[in-house]
Amino acid sequence: MTFTPEIINLIISVGFALSVVAFVAVFVLIAIWLERKISAHMQDRLGPMETGGWHGWLQTIADALKLLLKEDIIPQAADRPLFKLAPFIVFTGTMASFAVIPFGAHLIGSDLNIGVYYLVAVSSLVVIGILMAGWSSNNKWALYGAMRSAAQMVSYEIPIGLSLLVPIMLIGSMSMETLTNAQAGGFWKWTLFSHPPFAIIAFIIYFWASLAETNRTPFDIPEAESELVAGYHVEYSAMRFAMFFLSEYANMFVVSSVATALFLGGWYAPFRFLDVPIEVGVIWHNLAGLAWFSLKAILLVCIQMWLRWTLPRLRVDQLMHICWKIFLPFSFANVLLVSLWIVLK
Amino acid sequence: MNDFLGVLLLLITAVGLTVIILLLTVYLGPKRTNPVKELQFETGNRPSPGSARERFPVHFYLVAILFVVFDIEIAFLYPWAVNFRKLGLFGLVEMGVFILILTTGWYYILKRGVLKWR
Repeated sequence: MTFTPEIINLIISVGFALSVVAFVAVFVLIAIWLERKISAHMQDRLGPMETGGWHGWLQTIADALKLLLKEDIIPQAADRPLFKLAPFIVFTGTMASFAVIPFGAHLIGSDLNIGVYYLVAVSSLVVIGILMAGWSSNNKWALYGAMRSAAQMVSYEIPIGLSLLVPIMLIGSMSMETLTNAQAGGFWKWTLFSHPPFAIIAFIIYFWASLAETNRTPFDIPEAESELVAGYHVEYSAMRFAMFFLSEYANMFVVSSVATALFLGGWYAPFRFLDVPIEVGVIWHNLAGLAWFSLKAILLVCIQMWLRWTLPRLRVDQLMHICWKIFLPFSFANVLLVSLWIVLK
Repeated sequence: MNDFLGVLLLLITAVGLTVIILLLTVYLGPKRTNPVKELQFETGNRPSPGSARERFPVHFYLVAILFVVFDIEIAFLYPWAVNFRKLGLFGLVEMGVFILILTTGWYYILKRGVLKWR
């Protein structure tokens, strides 16, 4: 058997897909532990301390094993095919975004020339899965949670789409690789800082709206445990429930890494001398890129956690007010001003 | 090689992982069902009477329609955003008119109180 370039490409693609899934699994395990620790310390508690010895670092793994060994209950009244299909759609929709995220100089699943467009399109898939979960449960609370979630996610997709337009217009490409490479050479070259104030406004709107997209506080009314029990996934148990949980945390990483790639310089270090040049070795160059990229993305994830444990939950009407009456006009005006500025410059 | 092959492989991997995890939980978990356990959980009490799939407030549908309108607009904006340096002032004016028309519509629904959640 000879290794033609096609076969080598195929092997690399399969390897990338497997390592992305492994990366997400490890990230979620760490992120859940981190969230519990952060929330605990913000509330003057200790959080998990026993499992695994040092600061309860094995807690999430123990929880995952427990969920794996739980009974899988499907309510009699549920719509079984839809009930079973929903976790697939939610998880696959979340994972699909990872295909275009540039983790390093060569660490990108496929550099589509419509990268950002693909991201916006694929992130809508999650809504379908959530609606399916809520509707098929035959539970009024789950249905309410799913409907609220759908209304919120589709509403906030509009400010997200509009604020992602700004880096595209400033750089003139939708490919994630081109967008990252245009930000090389120090943090003042990052989109966020190189074109004030448009990029800063776009970044703030994107980050804020992405909290709604991931159903995180202050936008977690779909899950509002005090009024809706747990929203669209009340009826799910065992690993079926864990898939929703997994997707929520994976989605947090997706929105953070999109913000990193488009606004915060992607895998470039904040100063040129901190980058490992490609002459040192392709592997080291990529590993350093991966480290910087993960550092920035995880920092944003930590900010999301910080916000979750600081802010109270918004009401439905406040949520819609912010989206349709504040974010929408501001992001439209932002897009028009950016285009005016570029044309007149 | 097609660019979308990587996407396809990632989707297959994600579906495969879900299948493996769900099969594991179905086979490893105990099977001790009884009629009460198979009722829907709701709030932990006896389920409220009637089907959950009833009529729903119209606001959700209005939001869905508005989303479709504005999302199509964004779908038009993306190709323009990539090419608008070439299009120059002409493209800017064209898109300005397009956005103006939609903003008029947005102002109309705002004044009609569609966005007021009751």
